[in-house]
Formats: sequence, C-alpha cells, structure tokens
Amino acid sequence: MKLRIRHRALMLLITLLVTAILMWLLQCLLVPKYQKGIVEGGMMAEYYDDLDVPHEVIFLGDCEVYEDISTVELYREYGISSYIRGSAQQLLWQSYYILEDTLQYETPKVVVFNVYALAYNEPQSDSYNHMTLDGMRWSKIKWDAINASMTEEESMTDYLFPLLYYHSRWSDLGQSDYEHMFSRDPVTVNGYYLRSDVYPQGEFPEPKMLADPNIGKNAMLWLGKIADLCEENGIDLVLVKAPTEYPYWYEEWDEQVSSFAEGRGIPYTNYIGLQEEIGLDMSTDTYDGGLHLNVYGAEKYADTLGQFLTENYDLTDYRTVPQIASLWDNKAAFYDEIIDLQQQEIEEYGHVVSWGVNAIDS
Amino acid sequence: MLFTSLYFILFVAILFALYYAVPRKVRWPLLLLASYVFYWFSGWQNLIFITVTSLTAWAVCLVMGRIDEKAKVSLEERKDTITKEEKKKLRDETKAKKRRLMLLGLLIDLGILAVTKYTDFVIENINAFLESKDAIQAVDIIVPMGISFYTFQTVSYIIDCSRGTVKAEKNPFKVLLFTSFFPQLVQGPISRWKDLSATLFEGAPFNFENFSHGLMRIMWGYFKKLIVADRIIVAVNILIKNPERYTGAYVFCAMMFYAFELYCDFTGGIDITIGIAKCLGITVKENFDLPYFSKNIKEYWNRWHITMGTWFTDYIFYPLSVSPKMLNLSKWSRKHLGNELGKRVSVYISCFLVWLATGIWHGPAWNFVVWGLLNFVVIMVSQELEPLYSKFHGKFHLKGKAGYSVFEIIRTILLMSMIRMLDCYRNVPLTFKMLGTMFTKFRFRTFTDGSLLDLGLERADYVILLAGLIVVFSVSLYKAGTKKDIKAVLYEKYPLWCVSMMVMFLAVVVFGAYGKGYDSTQFIYNQF
Repeated sequence: MKLRIRHRALMLLITLLVTAILMWLLQCLLVPKYQKGIVEGGMMAEYYDDLDVPHEVIFLGDCEVYEDISTVELYREYGISSYIRGSAQQLLWQSYYILEDTLQYETPKVVVFNVYALAYNEPQSDSYNHMTLDGMRWSKIKWDAINASMTEEESMTDYLFPLLYYHSRWSDLGQSDYEHMFSRDPVTVNGYYLRSDVYPQGEFPEPKMLADPNIGKNAMLWLGKIADLCEENGIDLVLVKAPTEYPYWYEEWDEQVSSFAEGRGIPYTNYIGLQEEIGLDMSTDTYDGGLHLNVYGAEKYADTLGQFLTENYDLTDYRTVPQIASLWDNKAAFYDEIIDLQQQEIEEYGHVVSWGVNAIDS
Repeated sequence: MLFTSLYFILFVAILFALYYAVPRKVRWPLLLLASYVFYWFSGWQNLIFITVTSLTAWAVCLVMGRIDEKAKVSLEERKDTITKEEKKKLRDETKAKKRRLMLLGLLIDLGILAVTKYTDFVIENINAFLESKDAIQAVDIIVPMGISFYTFQTVSYIIDCSRGTVKAEKNPFKVLLFTSFFPQLVQGPISRWKDLSATLFEGAPFNFENFSHGLMRIMWGYFKKLIVADRIIVAVNILIKNPERYTGAYVFCAMMFYAFELYCDFTGGIDITIGIAKCLGITVKENFDLPYFSKNIKEYWNRWHITMGTWFTDYIFYPLSVSPKMLNLSKWSRKHLGNELGKRVSVYISCFLVWLATGIWHGPAWNFVVWGLLNFVVIMVSQELEPLYSKFHGKFHLKGKAGYSVFEIIRTILLMSMIRMLDCYRNVPLTFKMLGTMFTKFRFRTFTDGSLLDLGLERADYVILLAGLIVVFSVSLYKAGTKKDIKAVLYEKYPLWCVSMMVMFLAVVVFGAYGKGYDSTQFIYNQF
C-alpha cells in the first residue's frame, strides 16, 4: 500500500513537472510577439539585447520619443550613442522605474525626457501597461513599476504569469506567434520605430477646455523623482516637448513645466513652436497626419537635439571608437534596410503593408 | 474572494499546507480562523451577522440541552416516587420550555435573515400598494454573503437539538465553524450538524487517496464553471437584458443557455466545495445526483439541490403535515371530499407552503414566489394525472423504453428550464410575455443565419462551449450508465488520472472564461 502511494506520489510529481513545462510552452505561444502591427509591446525588451553598446544619452517617454527621434541620425551626424527607452503611453512613474532599471546596467551622461506624459496623472489602461512593463526584466524595480502602474482591475498575477492575462489569445494566433515562440526580431533601431511613409498633417480638432489647468500632483511628483534620481546619479536631465502639435500640449502645462525646470535648473525646450528652426515640413515629415514624425522628420528633430546635446554636454564621438562604431554601422545598415523595404512596399502597394497597426500577420 | 480568483486558490493552497502541518487538535480552530478570514473579504460587517446567528443557535441549544439534562436528573432522582402524572407534567414542562427557547432561537436567526434579505422587498410592495414610490424609504441593507445557507444550517441545528436528535455542542467555536465553514458558505450545500460534525472537528490525518479525489473534484468544478458557465453567461446576459430585441427563438436560446449555465455554475461550485472539504478530510453531503437525467419534476427535485429539498421536507413539510391543525383538516377533508381526494388535501396544502417558502428563500422578488408556486402546480398536476399516465403507459407499453425515457428527460429539462426563466427576466409579466414569443415569433433561421454570433460569443467560443458540454454530458452519462464516478475509476488507473488532471488544468487555464475580455462571475447561488 505504502509503495503504491509512493509510486503515485512520484507520478503526480512528474505530472506537475510536465504540466509546468507545457504551461511555459503555452505561455511562449500565447504571449503577443509584437513583431508586426502593434509592435510597441516589443520595444522594452529590446534594450537588454543592446547592452554591449554604451548609451550616453537615454531618451525616456512615450510615442513622442520612440517615433520622433532617429537614434541612427544622432550617431551618424554627432557620434552620439543613444537609446530610446520609450513605449506607448509610457507614464511618468513607468519612465522613472525604467530609468532605475537602466541604471542597473549603465549610467548615461544625459537623460532626455519628453514631458507629454505629464498629461496623465493616474494609471490608464491595462493593455498599455502590459506593453510597457512585460518586456522589463524581472527585478524589484519591475515589481514596483507594476505596483505603481496597475489599474484597479489589474492584478500582479497577470504580470507574474502572463499566460493568465493572454490565455484568451488562443483564438487569435497568427503565423508570427508560432515563428517567434522562442525568439524575436528587432522592431526598432535602438528604440526608434522607423516609418518612412508620408501622410501630411491635416486639421486637428479644437482643443478641449481643461477642467483643471494644473498638471496632476502625482505626475509632477514623479517628474520630481526622475529629476532626483538623475541628480543622485550625476546624470544631466533635459526636458523636451516633441515638435508635434497633437495631442495638444496646453500652454498652462507648458508654463508649469517651465517653472519646474527653472526651479530645478533643468533645461526645458518646447519644440512645438520651433518647427521652422528644426526644418520640419509637416506635409512631408509625418506619416500619420501630424501625430508623429516619419523618418525624415525624426532625422531633422534628431539633428536639432544632437546639436544641443553636443554643445552642452561632454559626449563621446563614438564614430571614433572602432569597436562601437562597427556595431553602430550594423545598426545604420539595418536602419537603411528598413527604409528600403518600406519604400519598395510604397512603390508596389502605394503604402506600407508590413508596418503599422494594420500590418497583416501572415 | 471569488472561488475563481487566484487569491482564493492561493488561500486554499496555504490552508492545505498549514492544515496538515499543525497538530490534529488545532486543525478545526485553524479552519475556523480561515473561514472567518475568507468571510471577512466579503465585508467585515457580515462577520457580525454570522457570529450572532451562530452564537444564538449555540446558546439556545446549550440551554435546551441543560433543560433536558435537568429533567433527566430530576426523573432519575425521583424515579421511585414519581407518579405517571408528575412524569408527564415534567415532560410537558420540559417540552414547553424547550419549545419556547427553540422559537426564540428561530425568531432571532430567521429574523436576521428576514430583515437583511426581505426588508426592501416588503417596503417596495407596501409602496406599490400605496401607489407611492417614496411612501417608505428603502433601507438598502447589504445582504450578507451566504446568509440563506448558514441560517438554514443553524435552524436545522436548533430544531434537531430541540427534537433531541442532535446533542447540543458546548464549545461555541465549534458551532461557529459549523456555520461558517468557508467552502460551503458561498452556495451551500446546506449541511446538517450530525453529518458535518462527524468529520469537521476530527482533523483527519493526511490521506493521499482522499486528497487526490478532492483535487480532481476541485478541478472538475473549475472546468464546469470556467469553461462552460462563465463563457455562456455572456450570451445569457445579453439575451435577458434586452428583451425587446431578443424574442422568439432567442428566448429559447436564453432558456437553454441558462439551463446549461446554471447547471455548470451550481454543480461546479459544489464540486469545488466538496473537493476542498475532501482534501481536508471532511465529508460534505452531495447536493446533486444527475438532475438533468430526471424523467419528471418530482424526480428532478430529488436530484437537484438535494440538501435544500431535504431541508424543506424535514423542517417544513413533515412538521406541517403532522401538525394537529393539518391532521384535523385531513380528517375533515376525508369526511367531506372522500378518502381518496380528502387525504391529498393536507399534503397539497403542506406542499404549497413548502414551495412558497422555497420560492421566498430563493430571493426577495415575486419572480421567485411565482417560480415556487409554478413548481408546486406542475408537481400537483403530475400527481393528479398519475392514473392517466399509468393507463397510457399500460396501453402503449412505452415505460422503460429508451426512446420514451429520452423523451421524458427532454420534457423535464424543457419544463424546468421554462419555469426557471423566472430567474432571468426582470418581472413576472415580462417572463410570461417572453415565453409567449417563443411560440408566436419563433424563427428557425436565428440558429443558422449567424445571429447567435451577435451575442458576445465568437465562433471559437461556441466550439469550446460545445466541447465542454460534450465532456460534461459524457461524464454524466457514464455515471448514469455504470453508477460509477469516472473520477474514482480514473484514480484506479492512476496514469490516466494524472493525464486527465493535466489536460483539465491546461484546458481551464487556456480556455477558461476569466481575466481580460471576460468577467469571471460570482456563483449564481451566492445571491440566494
């Protein structure tokens, strides 16, 4: 009898082990791969593949950084080695923890933070939270970032066991879910999401009246924390507002950020009014009607930022460091390749078909 | 804390580990603590109600026990001198005292139930009678979770103690655990003291076989709840909340979907309850016995929510039937209506009152009252038509034939499902109106033209639902055919048991209707 139970207990143990392996495989299959269509969820994890390259400049923020600043242009023109740690609707506290996470691996000289996230004072959406946080490596920092970001409906278990969050994707699986179960292809070039198609800026709706012109206290608190973290680590913080006009960046907000920056001695530039100086032509430099810049606009904006950064900070010209330069040359080649592929698609179909939210996962 | 939440699963896992780690005599206090922690999650105020209800039962029964004891001692002391009349007087006095105490206990416990659950219903009806919406303001009392279940348990305990079939428990904490034992708090079963106490306080040693059976039972419960019930509820809600849009064939869909949902939800919940108890070495009574294989409504009610049915039978039907007034009525009716019909009058009156009470117990709404009475009518009519059925069966020799049995089963399911629609629609007239459209506006194409994909379920959901229902049906069919539980059979072929557990677990994790895109729900019977 005892032997029989021992046998059964062993069998149960083996079953548990097999179940755990199958669960892991299912998780690999069901978690979104973000290889096509909405790729934002794949951006955060890519950073850890690039740790052999030092990044003296780290950009933090939402789509106004990862779509508007060409990291390759910064390298080509100024020799700046940078990385954009941005994702869709990346909230203030997420940027804070992502910076903390970055500091585990390297200490950049400059952190450039795009201030549009100040529009959000509290957690917004579970989908965006997952896109930003799932890709972070597990650490106490990620745990804190999740805790700070969760909406009321969310639970930590969804982050600990992504299978429980994504399990219902079984009916939406596509080719790339199978192809990229255990590997992924890069979707950005050092955090920059490249689009080379053109869709001119049109009319934007009238800005809504602000119920409260003040930036939320929570958002300002986390901005202060980012500034403190930079100060503690000897990093120069730069605040920017990307040159795109929509979604609206209200004057009232701008004034508050200016006064915060002035108070802390942090440079802040709102580039919305500097489109001409940058050389932006919003009839050709945007791919989605003015919401974000395309690669031509992103290169121009990067040129302006690069000039500012090299003039004001002691940054290394990595074009002169052969080991790093060769790595950057590869990135630049990849960058050019994407542009070529997109241009081929534009020629063939009139628009890009493998990039963007409507890209088909064949 | 939802049964379907990960927190609950974690809570139970920690409890299992602790339960078998602590000495046996500490196990039941640990269970009490766990039960109160579990109940605390439903709102700390609820703890007051359950504690008062339990302690009332404990105190009343304890005093009743002492009265009995005192009378016994008195009889013993005077056994040589006491006369027959004195003995009778003493017994009558004891009985009267106990009766008063019992009534006090019932008044308090049922009073709490009545006030918390039915006050607003009464106010609403008074206002309707006065034709003024605000004549009396509603009090909006939050009904404590599981109050109908635990109150009935305490009532059975009080009555059993007063009848002397159960010995009063001296330890109040044991009565508290009997009432609050967490797996059965949500939706029963309604346990009796003599059944549950046998294993509840025992702190049985770990038994691998029992534990395995318990785990399988829990898994089977989650399978039914998460794969079928919580998926189909999406469609049910859309159908019943938009009655102006979904008429005719849609009502039939709602009826059948709700039948599947309720079955998988309720039996799934009971499976989880019994499974958890089993893992802890505690035996909880079965509440279902393949109810959808019943050939008539009477049989159905012997197989569905068994502990509720037997509760009403033992504590309302029998006491009413043998009460002096009812016996007098029976005598009178036999005399005036003849022996055959006369003897049924008192039974039907008792039956009527039982079904009225059953309806009211289910919820503070006229829907449930009418639901109860409809059940009574159907049972009574079937009873009255029994001779006709016998004649019919005798003539056509259909009874016992497979085809006819299937017909009887389907007829019972359809009839019960129709009556059950009173659970769904917001009032009685609307329910009857909707059922009417099933006959007047039935459009067969609703099932074939893709309309069903408009109910919040995709094609893939229907595939999973169908697969889930086939599995549930096959398991039931196996049990009906062999009288054996497939879960126990699988245990004998242990590798198969392991594979089944794994497949069920993975199916629940992947295909379960929980998390994003779904709203995993509380059990339906939790509201009763």
